[in-house]
Amino acid sequence: MTTVTTNKTDHGGDVRLSGISKTYGSFTAVHPLDLTVPHGSFFALLGASGCGKTTTLRMIAGLEEPSSGSVFLGDQEVTSLPPYKRPVNTVFQSYALFPHLDIFENVAFGLRRRGIKSVKKQVEEMLDLVQLGEQSRKKPHQLSGGQQQRVAVARALINTPRVLLLDEPLGALDLKLRRQMQLELKRIQTEVGITFIHVTHDQEEAMTMADTVAVMNAGRVEQLGSPTDLYENPHTTFVANFLGTSNLIEAEVDTKTGDDIVLKAGGGKLVLPEARCSAPTTTGGKVLVGVRPEKISLTHADDAGEIPEGRNRITGKIASGSFIGVSTQYVIDSAVCPEFEVYVQNVDRDTRLVPGADVVLHWSPAHTFGLDAAQSLLAGTPGSAGIQEEAAA
Amino acid sequence: MPFVNWLKRHFVVIAGLLTLGYLLLPNVIVTVFSFNKPKGRFNYEWQQFSTDAWKDPCGVSDLCGSLSISLQIAVWATLGATALGTAIAFALVRYRFRARGAVNSLIFLPMAMPEVVMAASLLTLFLNLGAQLGFWTILIAHIMFCMSFVVVAVKARVMSMDPRLEQAAQDLYAGPFQTFVRVTLPIAAPGIAAGALLAFALSFDDFIITNFTAGSTVTFPMFVWGSAQRGTPVQINVIGTAMFLVAVLFVLTSMVIGNRRKKQKA
Amino acid sequence: MSTLTEAPPPLSPTAPEKKPPRKRGRFVPYWLLLPGILWLLVFFALPMIYQASTSVQTGSLEEGYKVTWHFATYWDALSEYWPQFLRSVAYAASATLLCLLLGYPLAYLIAFRAGRWRNLIMILVIAPFFTSFLIRTLAWKTILADGGPVVGALNTLHVLDVTSWLGWTSGDRVLATPLAVVCGLTYNFLPFMVLPLYSSLERIDGRLHEAAGDLYAKPSTVFRKVTFPLSMPGVVSGTLLTFIPAAGDYVNADLLGSTDTRMVGNVIQSQFLRILDYPTAAALSFILMAAILVMVTVYIRKSGTEDLV
Repeated sequence: MTTVTTNKTDHGGDVRLSGISKTYGSFTAVHPLDLTVPHGSFFALLGASGCGKTTTLRMIAGLEEPSSGSVFLGDQEVTSLPPYKRPVNTVFQSYALFPHLDIFENVAFGLRRRGIKSVKKQVEEMLDLVQLGEQSRKKPHQLSGGQQQRVAVARALINTPRVLLLDEPLGALDLKLRRQMQLELKRIQTEVGITFIHVTHDQEEAMTMADTVAVMNAGRVEQLGSPTDLYENPHTTFVANFLGTSNLIEAEVDTKTGDDIVLKAGGGKLVLPEARCSAPTTTGGKVLVGVRPEKISLTHADDAGEIPEGRNRITGKIASGSFIGVSTQYVIDSAVCPEFEVYVQNVDRDTRLVPGADVVLHWSPAHTFGLDAAQSLLAGTPGSAGIQEEAAA
Repeated sequence: MPFVNWLKRHFVVIAGLLTLGYLLLPNVIVTVFSFNKPKGRFNYEWQQFSTDAWKDPCGVSDLCGSLSISLQIAVWATLGATALGTAIAFALVRYRFRARGAVNSLIFLPMAMPEVVMAASLLTLFLNLGAQLGFWTILIAHIMFCMSFVVVAVKARVMSMDPRLEQAAQDLYAGPFQTFVRVTLPIAAPGIAAGALLAFALSFDDFIITNFTAGSTVTFPMFVWGSAQRGTPVQINVIGTAMFLVAVLFVLTSMVIGNRRKKQKA
Repeated sequence: MSTLTEAPPPLSPTAPEKKPPRKRGRFVPYWLLLPGILWLLVFFALPMIYQASTSVQTGSLEEGYKVTWHFATYWDALSEYWPQFLRSVAYAASATLLCLLLGYPLAYLIAFRAGRWRNLIMILVIAPFFTSFLIRTLAWKTILADGGPVVGALNTLHVLDVTSWLGWTSGDRVLATPLAVVCGLTYNFLPFMVLPLYSSLERIDGRLHEAAGDLYAKPSTVFRKVTFPLSMPGVVSGTLLTFIPAAGDYVNADLLGSTDTRMVGNVIQSQFLRILDYPTAAALSFILMAAILVMVTVYIRKSGTEDLV
């Protein structure tokens, strides 16, 4: 499977997972997985609940024993070390702050357990870093959700772990606070330079914060890369649908011309750069063609002549349109795809674009991506297996 | 008609308060009769007001001795039952092991068994073993029947505890023993305290099992029982009333302190 | 990556031994269980076995007893003491029913209507526990005394005529009658009904009442269709906690009753502690235990709440 290689090659501090897997009875939570997280990076494990991302994290923390494989921190193998002997700390889901201890003692807990006597200065500095210096004598339940979250981060960070593991750390916060804490966590990570491994089901959160994102599905890493890479060039339908929205069209390979592949779809022709196709292509074979809704332009059928040459185009009829301020989101009924989504920026609004109008959709071939047609078109969409819970939440 | 409506609307409150009255009436009688000066040996009829008994609560032979035996047994039984019961509760909540169902039944059965059955069978055991009935046999019996109640109280608390707290402690360099002492025990403390309090009350007030296992040792409830046959001294009422007042005061002060602490923190 | 890494991974010199740490704790639960379970086995389970064996022994106190598999003791005990058994069940059942009728409004009051008085009422329910129950039971002798205000009032209202006709009281006395015993049993075990009822009522979301009202349910229908069904766990454990000790009780029958109100507990107690006929006493106690276990099991099955502990 894929392995990350970023240019920051300081192997001394890398987290390396070598073939680790976890099975519970006959259920495999994590399939054998190889992964290297470079030292000092902000790494996100993204996926729906039950995809194995938390299990992976807990195996790094030592809270779960791998069924096979090993965990390395730098050169040291830690697979069989209990959690209290690993130089790794965790920010738990819903924080797990000790309710019987005040904030100061919560933060000092790790230091004291390692036999450090004078903790006052360090704890106060750490509380200042997370802007909670005033609250040190309060009990956890007297703090707001955002404050509790920062205590959890401080409690883990004060131990200067080799790796900080974050298990859905922002899941319990409301949207606005979550945005704020995302930036805050990113700031802290840059400041302390410790490797962060962040588990989340929120694709926006993963993309905002992480340098590298691993998208997990059903116990495997589907794709791994930088957020832009994953978004612009997804390799599976799961990634295409789970990160943002994609329009997927079934097409047949017609000819190959130079770097481009020409495809037939519903009577029309589409062009796909070969470099952006992750599936093997043979003439006459099937391919899934994808394009993001915001890459598409919408032109009324009367003005079809004004569309420049060389763009992929599809004709259809507007089924519905919803105005959401920055943009208008249209659903287009077309022969090649029944529910084509198009987001149009509200710069100059064309008043003819109302439900029932005939339109031409067109986009640059460079924004097209190609996927293996053997996969489910719906993988990773809300309502498909594994995604229901998040959609309901 | 308005009266009938009012009655309908407040039916639950009226009925509930009547039940509360039913529950408290005997305590009122006990208190009032602690100021009685009965003519005969029995303190069942009101004669005249007197504070004699309150001035001399130990004035009846053996009464305060029996009280002290009851207190000693209750303290030791509480310690024993709490220690054993807490360990079982932790094992039941935190670990998987064989024979779990059998252990659960063994905990449940003493609570589902009429006391007289347990008492009679214990007596058979002690007689067969030729054990000397007295303080120790009472203590053994009390630890036995109090333990299940401790298990239930502690189990409830430990079950509601987030397992992530212990994981967090481990993650923060606390070994198994440190985790238990620094995190698990303090958080489970209210449940353990509740179990201990229940064990104390059950042991202190137990009559039936004690009656079978006491031999010639006289605990406070046994003293009361005996006096019901021979003659009831007013001092019994004094002690009953005093225990009631101490309990109410104890709970009230702990509530006031708790409230004040909450306010200070907020 | 499709193959499991069966082969040992590349070990660095500092790599510790392959020994999963948590396996060491495998015996921890057994050590935790051992002392308590041993205690219960020796002082709860073993006595039951001794008792079973005693019940089939014959002999005398002077010459000692021997196991002779004399099952006739059971038959003799039942044929001689069946009225006491029946009485025990009848008294305990009446007391349980009364406890439910009296306790439900009080539990409901504490859970939903008490407001800021809630804690105080809770204390008042629990505090009487701290006055020895024997002292409190003796107080009923005063309350129900012949010619006292309670008996006088019942007489004036002709209630006693009805209860006498039913056989619950005799003449113008309440003391030393079945009514007094049931009244004492009800009083003694009422808190054991109120507390579980309260804890299951308290868990009910108040919005459910509003939702039911919103969906056209009258208050009485809300109670029948929502509140009561949801409080079933409390009703089941409350009735068990009342019925079981009441069926084996002999204190109330002794202090408030007469020789005509003796329950099976009284018989066991006197056989064991006064007459010293151990086989009969053991057989009686065994029958009582078996009867109660059967009744409790059937009841729990019927009411569908298996999880009581």
